[in-house]
Order: sequence, then structure tokens, then C-alpha cells
Amino acid sequence: MSIVLIVAEQQPDGNLRKASLNAIAAGKQLADKAGGELHLVLLSKDPSKLAGELAGTGAKAVHTAAAPEFEHYLAEVFAPVVASLAQELKATFIGAASTAQGKDLLPRVAARLKAAMATDITAINGSGADITFTRPMWAGNVFAEVKLTTPVQVISIRATEFSAGAGGGAAAEVKSFQPKLEASKTKFVSFNEVKSARPELTEARVVVSGGRGTKGDFKEVEALADLLGAAVGASRAVCDAGWVPNDYQVGQTGKVVAPQLYIAAGISGAIQHLAGMKSSKTIVAINKDPEAPIFQVADYGLVEDLFKVLPALREGIQKLK
Amino acid sequence: MKILVTAKRVEDPESKIKVKPDGSDIVKEGLKYKINPFDEIGVEEGLRLAAKHTGEVVVVSIGGKEVQEQLRHALAMGANRAVWVNHTGPLDQLGIAGLLQKVAEKEKPDLVILGKQSIDDDQNQVGQYLAEFLGWGQATFASKVESLESEQEKSKSPAVVLTADKKSVQVVREVDNGLATVEVQLPAVVTTDLRLNQPRYASLPGIMKAKSKPIEELTPAALGVDVAPKIQVLKLASPPARKAGIKVPDVATLVEKLHNEAKVV
Repeated sequence: MSIVLIVAEQQPDGNLRKASLNAIAAGKQLADKAGGELHLVLLSKDPSKLAGELAGTGAKAVHTAAAPEFEHYLAEVFAPVVASLAQELKATFIGAASTAQGKDLLPRVAARLKAAMATDITAINGSGADITFTRPMWAGNVFAEVKLTTPVQVISIRATEFSAGAGGGAAAEVKSFQPKLEASKTKFVSFNEVKSARPELTEARVVVSGGRGTKGDFKEVEALADLLGAAVGASRAVCDAGWVPNDYQVGQTGKVVAPQLYIAAGISGAIQHLAGMKSSKTIVAINKDPEAPIFQVADYGLVEDLFKVLPALREGIQKLK
Repeated sequence: MKILVTAKRVEDPESKIKVKPDGSDIVKEGLKYKINPFDEIGVEEGLRLAAKHTGEVVVVSIGGKEVQEQLRHALAMGANRAVWVNHTGPLDQLGIAGLLQKVAEKEKPDLVILGKQSIDDDQNQVGQYLAEFLGWGQATFASKVESLESEQEKSKSPAVVLTADKKSVQVVREVDNGLATVEVQLPAVVTTDLRLNQPRYASLPGIMKAKSKPIEELTPAALGVDVAPKIQVLKLASPPARKAGIKVPDVATLVEKLHNEAKVV
């Protein structure tokens, strides 16, 4: 029987990162297809806070380890602990959400176990011993079906492609274990959080993004976002120009989003941007240039200046409410 | 200070990538190639560090003889010499990291700087594998640091900062919801994010000088690395096409469609 081990991620604020729930859903799907069971692992200064929440997600067991060293995540501290737990459990699959932490940690875990890894998987195919994964390449212009041939397989999971499950079933058994910590050559210095009253880009139901067409003026983009309770995104050009913070960037090298509604204002639609948003359910494009590539993926396109459209759109939506 | 940087040969990010009808590969005809943009940022950061701390930059690439183009480009930017691992055929991240480990053990750099991912495979793995294989610390997704220097000076100075005792580097990392700063003992692995720096153009004298800079040739066999892939790529496919949308004439129609048809507002 194969064991699927998913690493749950605790945010600096102590809460569970929502993408972990999507990763757990993917883990459950994988366990079902491979004919195995799902285990979770949480490394934390104080795991008790999240253990209960994780126990209700439908996993067989939640393994927790507590240590002051876990307060600030470091790959060098976490990887040996995850790898040795995986060995002890004889896990055949190890996964986590494709977050900054997941991407930093998992290859290091894989290296310890001489395991091959697939990044950003969007689908799990096959069954039993014949499991394959689908993952994007070339900025999402290509999707590859890959098979990992090492005894242990490692995957990072693109959260937007797996809906978080309702949980249910029996509560998982919470087992605490003693982590064997290794000396780390890396030490944590500081974390500067970018605070926002708006929802997280990757978790928002609606995203309003601005591009070069805003000429750096995001007031209208933000006003519409706030009316819709939306997150604010941006194209890479806009972030590179320093007009908005880096973590606004939607695209293959930024955040990958898949909201119910994506409104692209003044974004031309470079390949790399499209890769980050084209799984959105409904896409609206507003651009002065009728030839802009963004219109090829938009459900509704409006060829007009965004500074005329956005205030009118706000007014129109307000009337509905 | 000795710095090892990578220069993977990839399809130009501006080119349109299409899958062959049989799904065996991408259509390569007519494509242009260049250094992986994230690696190019790594070369630039290496050059800035070497300029500031009197060091040497060695650039490495793996592939057939065509990767010498990318090595020459890095040499033209200012790298001192190049290592070419001559290998054709499939190669996965375990194989790449295994080869880079051997090159690093041979060259003994203080720092290896790689792109956080290559824009073809998009795996984002090699730096982390390499750090673990070498038993070194890692600082992935290195980004810009705040600096009190003038704009012009800032644009030239390295963002990876050597500590006063010269035994560690401080790196600002782009992570979810903010920026994390870590301090890593040397030797260490750093992977670059987009905003770390703006790579320089190769100057004409740089291009001329690059022609006479040495490129050392190695092979996986000589390095003693088994590069048989552990990742089998079974099939490539184009992403599912979105159904063609419509252009709406005005905002009122847009609101009506979003409300009644898409039911999202």
C-alpha cells in the first residue's frame, strides 16, 4: 500500500495556508488512485493550534513535531525532518502546495531521498502503480504528462487546480514525533510582511488586474477591486516598472490565479501573463488596442480606455446591488 | 571570491511554443535560443559580486556544442572562463544537479548562483537539489535589497551582500506575503528571482574579449555522473483552448452579461 505524505504549511501569522487544503485534496485524490492512504505532516513551534483543523480534512493521520527552530521556516531545518518521517512511514509520494515554501522545500527533501520531482502538477492520472502527473512547461504553453520512476516520488501541487475538499469522515489520528534536528548553515534574519486589507491573490473569488495601460495609476483598478471585494493583480511590466509591489504580479513567474472573475484592465496579454490567469472562469478584458492578445482568452472584451470604462463599470455594478 | 554561475540554453521567451501533432516534442524549427533569463540575472549578480570583492566568475552550461553560444554570451558580459559539460539527449533535474555538484566540487566556488527556474522546464528544482547534494545552505528566489545608495550606484551594486566577516551572505528572498531575509554561510547556493537586477548588455569589447576566453570541455562520464533520466516525459499537449469570447460594445452590455450570463456580479 502506498502512503501519500502531504506537508501542511503554517503561515507566519500562525494560520494554515489555504493552499495546503488544496494540496490535501490532491493528496487524497492521489491516495485513492494509487490505492493508499493520506498522511499529513506539520512542523511548528506549537502544532496544537493547527493539528485539530488538519485532523478534520479526511487524512488517516496527522504527524506533528514541535521545536522552537520551526518558528521561522528554513529549508535546511525542515527538509531532513520531512525526509526522515517519509522514510519511517515508507511514503511513496511526498507533496505540498506549490507555494514559495513548497517550492523551496520539496526539491531539498527529494534530493535527500534521491527522488525525482514534478513541479506545479495540475492533474493526477492513472491508477495503482501507473500514476502519472500533468504539469505545465514553457510558461503554460505546453502541458506534459510525466512519470517519475524513482521509488519515492515528490510533487508540488498547483492549488488552483484542486478544489479543497469538504473534509468529513473520521477525524485523523494526531501523532506527535520527536524531530531529529540538524545544524543549519542558514539562519533567519527577518520577515517583512506586505499587509493588505484585500484577499490573497491566489485565494480571491475576483481579481482585478492592471497593466501598462494604467500608466502606473492604480486608483481605478483598486476602487473596482474594493467594490467587488477583489484582490488586485498586475502584469509583469507594471511590477518591473516599480508601479506596484512585486507580489501583485500575475503570471508564470508571479502568482497563478484561477478566480471566478478576472478583470484585466490595460493588460496586453503577454504569454507569461496569460499563463498565470487563463484558468479563470470568466475573463473580462478592457484595452484600447483591439489587437491585444488578451482578447483571445477573454469571454468579454471591451475596446476602450480603461479610465473611461472602470468608473462606469463601478457605477453599473453598484446599481445592481 | 569565486562564483560559479549557470547559463542554460532555452527557447527565447518571446517565441511562440507549439507542440508537434504527435505530442513527442515542441516544434523547434524557426525558434531562437538564448540564456535562460533567470540565469542571465545570476550571471549579472555574479559579475557585480566579483567586481566588488575582487573575484572570479566561472560560467557553466550543459548541452551539445550549441550551448557554447550561451557560454560566449556570458563571457562577453564579463565572466572570466567557462565550463561546458558536453551532453546530448534527455536530462532531468536530478541529472543536472548531479553534474553541477561535480563541477562545483572541482571548482570549489564560494557561491553558486542559478536561476530559480528555467523557462522551458519550469521545474524550479536544480538549485535546491544542488544545495542538498553539496550539503550547503540555500537562499532561493533572491530579490532586490533596499539600499541607501543613489539610484545609479544602486543599479550597479550586488543585492547579495557579503557579511563583514566575509563568511556568509545576506539574501532577501521573495516569498508569499512579503520578503524574508536569511543569512547563509559560504559556500552557498543562491537562486535568482526576476527583480534581483537588470542584466547588462554585452559590450563590443566584451564580445571581442570573449572570443579568446577559455571554455573547458567536460562530459558526464568524465565527471562520473549517471544522467539516465528518472523523469519520463510521456506526452506533450497544448493547453485546452478557451472558447472564443465576444466583444461587447459598451459598459452597460458588459454589466448585463456579467450579471445575467456569467452570473459573477
